[in-house]
Amino acid sequence: MSRAPQLKALVLIAPLLVFLGMFFVWPLITVISQAISDPAISRVLPHTASAISGWNGKDLPSDEVQAAFRADIAANTDEMAMGDVTRRLNASKSGFRSLMGKTVTALKETPEIPLVEIDKRWGDTAYWLAIRENASPYTDAYLLASIDMERGADGAIKAMPEGSSANAAIILRTLWTSALVTLCCLLIGLPYAMVTASVTGWKRALLLGAVLLPLWTSLLVRTAAWMILLQENGLINQALMGLGLTNGPLALIYNRFGVVLAMTHVLLPFMVLPIYSVLLTVPGNLMGAAASLGAHPVRAFLRVLLPLSLRGVISGMLLVFMSAIGYYITPALIGGATDQMISSVIAFYATGSANWSMAAALGLILLVLTLVLYALYNRLSREPGQAR
Amino acid sequence: MAESFIRFDKVTKDYGTVRVVEDLDLDIARGEFVSLLGPSGSGKTTLLMMLAGFETVTKGAIILDGQRLNGVPTYKRDMGVVFQNYALFPHMNIARNVAFPLEMRGTAKSDIAARVKRALDMVQLGHLSDRMPGQLSGGQQQRVALARSLVFEPRVVLMDEPLGALDKQLREQMQLDIRELHHRLGLTIIFVTHDQDEALTMSDRIAVFDKGQIQQCATPRQVYDHPANRFVAEFIGETNLLPGKVTGVDGSKIALTMPDGSVLRADGATGLAVGDAALLSLRPERIDLHGPNDAPAGLNSLRGEVADTIYQGDHLRIVVTTPAGRIIARVPRKAAEWPNGASVALGFRPADGWIIAP
Repeated sequence: MSRAPQLKALVLIAPLLVFLGMFFVWPLITVISQAISDPAISRVLPHTASAISGWNGKDLPSDEVQAAFRADIAANTDEMAMGDVTRRLNASKSGFRSLMGKTVTALKETPEIPLVEIDKRWGDTAYWLAIRENASPYTDAYLLASIDMERGADGAIKAMPEGSSANAAIILRTLWTSALVTLCCLLIGLPYAMVTASVTGWKRALLLGAVLLPLWTSLLVRTAAWMILLQENGLINQALMGLGLTNGPLALIYNRFGVVLAMTHVLLPFMVLPIYSVLLTVPGNLMGAAASLGAHPVRAFLRVLLPLSLRGVISGMLLVFMSAIGYYITPALIGGATDQMISSVIAFYATGSANWSMAAALGLILLVLTLVLYALYNRLSREPGQAR
Repeated sequence: MAESFIRFDKVTKDYGTVRVVEDLDLDIARGEFVSLLGPSGSGKTTLLMMLAGFETVTKGAIILDGQRLNGVPTYKRDMGVVFQNYALFPHMNIARNVAFPLEMRGTAKSDIAARVKRALDMVQLGHLSDRMPGQLSGGQQQRVALARSLVFEPRVVLMDEPLGALDKQLREQMQLDIRELHHRLGLTIIFVTHDQDEALTMSDRIAVFDKGQIQQCATPRQVYDHPANRFVAEFIGETNLLPGKVTGVDGSKIALTMPDGSVLRADGATGLAVGDAALLSLRPERIDLHGPNDAPAGLNSLRGEVADTIYQGDHLRIVVTTPAGRIIARVPRKAAEWPNGASVALGFRPADGWIIAP
């Protein structure tokens, strides 16, 4: 008896589960695996990869490992894949390009020849270490690279040389810009939400409409509208010059100011609506009660209304911040070269240089940042009664 | 009545073109418990809100203890207000809610703790001081609100239907609690309600509101027994209103001739003269039922026919059609019962009827 309704419920939500699985869980897994997988070596040299994991790294690898290596090379038929392996190994230890070329040719002729006889470099453990290092099908190289770190020759994590990568700087810039946008949204959104919640009738409808209308308009349209307003001979500059307030056009676009302004406008609803909805649940006469108990309006605001709207403020701030760190179109169109955010870098790796692993790794960093914030949000937005 | 502590002097309140309170005069003595009773929209809450300072006065003046209140902001009026929805601060625990008015007044920290404890003990909630308002029942929350409005010893306590959200039993308990606090602390309380039982139970005086004006302001007994007009008679309690014509006035004793020619005698409001149309207000519980020929001499008596008997548990409601109109009598269970259609005589003493202008 009790099974049947459960089964029915399961059937009913099945389409949703399938949808979630196909369009959320699966892509997420793909992205994560793309960011940490490095199958080049383990695919072409599978036996070597499993054999070398037992090697102590000090003496030369055993005959078993060397035999596996010879067998893998002999068994390989994919020249392209071998080219990948060579490139990868060469990146870890220079000299591999010539060594591998020589070895492959030699093994094709005499499969059983000892490796040291092909080239005495095979007697050097450094080359074997490079193979072991890359043998694992997983790597943290992309994740490290996305925060400007790498593994040195000894396997320890260290910072990349100065100037070779700007990912960390761009992530910091993303966080900083998002923080600025969040602050601007808060400064405008909190009073706005309070006014909206305190009026009624057509005034409230008008104020809410003014916030909601941008939400219903395409992001691209809104951003384009800001371009029209802010550009050098745009409406604002023409008006300022027409009024004689400035001599030349102000730099309003293609800089940080324009990005923050446009993003604040676009994200403002995500600040106003949570605060507004929290304020709606605050009984209307609490401020009156506070006044009757002797509280000056300013103190009543600080002691009663502000703490009560805090939950909405925190939700709004996190919503805005989490949306902002993933912003792409607005900074791309309104920002200058030094205003690009992490999404632009991801887009560059994904569409510009086809480096899917880097794109995935950066995406993962963004995802982790968002999840951390979400966890924070969950903690902070708990009911005050539960929080204690 | 002692000298006036709170005075409403020709107070008028307009919302746009709508006049909610009109030319209202009311004097309240120190230590008095006055209920403002009336249907919704009668202006009683508006009057309270003007006294609290939540609404401005359009015309006239409100004077508290010789001080004109017009223009004085709420937070300087020193009045405790208890709201129907409790209006406790949901983010503060009970003790901090009650401490709030003291903190606003800059009371010393050590004093605050003691006074909060005393106030909470007074409403028997001392043990819940570290709970949050959301964890308390409605009745407990309202008791906290009461403690919060009393802890700073306000000059006046205003209550805006404070028991409206509570269930019947709790409401009756709270009525007695508030009444007891009023007596013990000598508070001046102005209490808005639309529940007449509440007003009758608790008040020294009841001001009955209708259409922005006070129809009558008097003790519960006077308001119930001697209503000033038809509105008050009908609004407070249940009554039978029988139209007739005044045919004799002797002081407060009035003779009323009914349409069928029978004459009924009862007390009445002043100002009625022979020849005036008038109404006899007859409370159902003041009527006795007798056999058609058993009506005792010296009482007013009306003949009629039982139309219906309604069982109400502790009493019976008997509907009787008489030449003067349909009359409802409320008789105790132990009285004789009559079948429908039986002829009966309705008897009542002159002191139990009340004659008012129509």
